[in-house]
Amino acid sequence: MTIRGAPAWRLVSTLALAGGVAGLLIVVVFEWAEPQIEAHRAAVLAAAIDNVLASPARYDTLYVVDGTLHETPPEGVLERDLERVFLGYDESDVPVGFAVTGGEPGYQDIIRLIFGYDPGSGEVVGMEVLESKETPGLGDKIEKDAEFVAEFDGVQAPLVGVKQDAGQGDPGEVDMITGATISSRTVIAIINNRLEELSPLLDTYPATVKR
Amino acid sequence: MSGDLFWILISAMVVNNFTLALFLGLCPFMGVSARVATALRMGGANIFVMVITSLTVWVLNTFVLTYAPYLRLISFIVVIASLVQIVEMTIKKLSPTLFRELGIFLPLITTNCAILGLAIFQTNRGYGFLEGLSFAIGAGLGLALALVLMASIRQQTELSDLPGLARGMGLVLIVAASLSMAFMGFAGLLSS
Amino acid sequence: MKSETTAQYDLIRGIWRENPVLIHLLGLCPALAVTNTVANSLAMGLATFFVLMGSSLLVSTFKRFIPHEVRISAYILIIATFVTIADLVLAAVVPEIHKALGAFIALIVVNCMILGRQEAFASKRPVSRAALDATGTGIGFLIAMLMMGSVREVLGNGTLLGYSVFGAGFEPWIIMILPPGGFLTLGVFLLAMGWWRGRTEGEQAKVRHWPHGVTTRRAA
Repeated sequence: MTIRGAPAWRLVSTLALAGGVAGLLIVVVFEWAEPQIEAHRAAVLAAAIDNVLASPARYDTLYVVDGTLHETPPEGVLERDLERVFLGYDESDVPVGFAVTGGEPGYQDIIRLIFGYDPGSGEVVGMEVLESKETPGLGDKIEKDAEFVAEFDGVQAPLVGVKQDAGQGDPGEVDMITGATISSRTVIAIINNRLEELSPLLDTYPATVKR
Repeated sequence: MSGDLFWILISAMVVNNFTLALFLGLCPFMGVSARVATALRMGGANIFVMVITSLTVWVLNTFVLTYAPYLRLISFIVVIASLVQIVEMTIKKLSPTLFRELGIFLPLITTNCAILGLAIFQTNRGYGFLEGLSFAIGAGLGLALALVLMASIRQQTELSDLPGLARGMGLVLIVAASLSMAFMGFAGLLSS
Repeated sequence: MKSETTAQYDLIRGIWRENPVLIHLLGLCPALAVTNTVANSLAMGLATFFVLMGSSLLVSTFKRFIPHEVRISAYILIIATFVTIADLVLAAVVPEIHKALGAFIALIVVNCMILGRQEAFASKRPVSRAALDATGTGIGFLIAMLMMGSVREVLGNGTLLGYSVFGAGFEPWIIMILPPGGFLTLGVFLLAMGWWRGRTEGEQAKVRHWPHGVTTRRAA
């Protein structure tokens, strides 16, 4: 049975002790778990970049700070608070394109994706959905329908969404999914909005990079 | 920016309703929702606690927890429990009538997944001060809405001719299923 | 203090007769939210089992040191510690499932079932009994989760643990893996159990109106 009528200091000290032990235990488990969690996160990101930039040999992480790209985070700013883009290189160290992430509210909830962009040709070269809670069977086709995803392999920016069979053959056209127009439109909007924000920096690379 | 805030509020209230889409706050939903008046009071108490929690969580996240993210859960639950205790004592002192009407519900709110869920979602989505506030108001309104809807339906069904064993929780859940389906219709609201 | 129940009963009770989800209607949040696939249900059931067992053992071991006035806070602290540990372990070992379960792992803390068992049982009984009770309740919870999960996954996706059950021609009943499906499945289970009880108990069958877990107990 729990004790009754204990003095106040007893109440506080018990909780404090329990809190201390609890904290200690959690820190121990955290130290064990953190490397694995980080490794997984990095692996997922690497796989996504690999997918949208067609398997680059390596990639650099660049930080967007005040309208310029930095190779290292500036002093005193936590890395995770910064916006990042990734620059992929092929085996001969030639840049193949940038991988950019973005997210906006879709039909059900926020859609997050990563896409590849080649400033040389001004084309979007790949797209992968990272997070989506769209309707299974309809909206989730933005990640499950291989044809829709393939639409983003080599399409001129800015993208224009068109309904199936209504396109005129423009290089920037993307066929939207029937029955999931809002989800499709959101994917296109995310890419267009991000490019509007970032292409002044990306197109003029390496001039925009601060070393 | 204000468009974002409005989307957050509407999304939390109807599109991703805390009870009917995210399954938070089910204990009060099942137990309290037989009278509309009770449901309204519970909903009101919830909104109040949610807003205060949202502000406190924002303070915690911004100033304290950046250094020890793994202590997040413990700090949240301790804060929520203390907050409810403080709110209860404050209401008791300021307005004994209000306390008498609300009093029973406040401890229920502590172990209510909706409040902790609010804290966790707010943290995971990285909401700032205003966004967190929007989220809390929307979530609270949504919870209250679900409670009141369920209560009014249950009040009606008490007078109808149901088979004996269909009354009780089985019926409540089937009604909840219909409500949830109805709320799915809100998806796409505010989308371009 | 003499126990009124046998050890065997303490173990078996939680599995069916006083099943926490289906009879007492506790722990509904996870039961409805993550049972859209069997894999998720299994993971959540096991995580909850771990937390319940750990908390019960600790509470029962240290019950003589916990002052009555702060007991709820102490229980919550203990439960929250185990939940944080479970969260970290899941994130490190099975990141996909951790992502699928999301915030609901953390919400195990406010699962009324766990707190209820500490208050009603573990704080009053010897460690061995607390362990049996936790085992029984945990198994009961797991069974309920798996029941919900299998129905929802089979009907809503046509698969069981990822393996196709009906073949390619099956048009899945998608609503089952969406929120209304959760409510519907549990509702149908409860109606079925009520009907069964009515048949076996006849005139004495009582209708449950209130979930057992709704209490006015204060958090200290």
